[in-house]
Amino acid sequence: MNQLPILVRVFAYLSLLTVGGGMAAFPEMQHLTVNVHHWMTSSQLVHMYSVGQLAPGPNMMMIVSIGDWAVWEASASKALGIVGGLIVVVAFFGPTALLALIVGRAWNKLDKWPWRRSIQQGLASVSVGLLLAGTLSMAKTAVTGWTTGGIALAVLLTMLWRKVNPALLVLGGAIAGTIAFMPK
Amino acid sequence: MPLKAMSDASANTKLSEAELVATARQNATVLSIFKAFLIIGATSFGGVVPYLREGLVTKCHWVDDKEFVELLSISQSLPGLNATNMAILLGDRLKGWLGAVAGIVGVCLPGALLMLGAGMFYRVHGDHPYVTYMLKGVAAAAAGLLLATVIQLGKKSLSHRFDLVFVLVTVLAVNRLHLGVPKTLLIVGLLAIFFHYPRKSEKESVNQ
Repeated sequence: MNQLPILVRVFAYLSLLTVGGGMAAFPEMQHLTVNVHHWMTSSQLVHMYSVGQLAPGPNMMMIVSIGDWAVWEASASKALGIVGGLIVVVAFFGPTALLALIVGRAWNKLDKWPWRRSIQQGLASVSVGLLLAGTLSMAKTAVTGWTTGGIALAVLLTMLWRKVNPALLVLGGAIAGTIAFMPK
Repeated sequence: MPLKAMSDASANTKLSEAELVATARQNATVLSIFKAFLIIGATSFGGVVPYLREGLVTKCHWVDDKEFVELLSISQSLPGLNATNMAILLGDRLKGWLGAVAGIVGVCLPGALLMLGAGMFYRVHGDHPYVTYMLKGVAAAAAGLLLATVIQLGKKSLSHRFDLVFVLVTVLAVNRLHLGVPKTLLIVGLLAIFFHYPRKSEKESVNQ
């Protein structure tokens, strides 16, 4: 039960780190959910994130499962687990939503401010860096050998050369993984 | 007076497009915002931006392409995800904060329910061998997908060759020095912003 305030604090904080995309918060999310609060293991977190790529909508929805598990584990109640999932969504999207509301209303004034362009261009490089850092820490868990490396590389090259729906490539990865790792 | 007639005609078609948007905006209700974003939230497999454009510009006529791109660029430069920031910005422009709430709840709801179910299934059956084989493949594919997204985003949003140095320093600060995302964001972010300080020549190119 007392997991709820911790979940709110952790995810409200992670919310503000999602500059450029959800993955920017991943290294910090991994540290807090795996090492500090022991809600999941690293590979469980990476699995849930990856399954989330098959779901429609905003791509960090796997946070629902973290909230669900954390409370479910602590209280042994499935119903309370659902409450945990809900609380996490509100905590994760609330702060940035409020910020977007305020900035959106002030935008016309900001549009003429010369530093706005500097901020946008400066943050662009840092957010690409943060996304890359998140990608690398996720890949460290996901890519463990030649087979997983091959699947990742195949998806990367397909994405760069062709316009394919990414969800189909993730499904392809599921099939390739099953065939490759299945006992012969 | 063919010139005048022509400019009248083009003014007319422009007006009707603007009128289309104006009428659609007037008819927007909190419920219709919720429904439009719920559909986007339930169908946007593999990335939300094309579905946002299809739903908001083509189907609902709440914004034209120009305003859509403007809202998207605000969404991208704020913390938060594109889909939820778009829902807030457009919902607010249409129906105030209630519209914003309707938009964000709509776009999040389907994915949240799906992931709640997926998480419950995984918690019970996650160590079934075949689920493990499949998830290994899914995670590897997701890693490749992410890297491709970062490369595409970098190509599109980096304006200066020196920006690559900021990208590299950011990665090293987070993954090697373990400085943490907030400190990295503050230090490297400020440096990068000052690197792009407003120059006179750039001020003009803003207006082109």
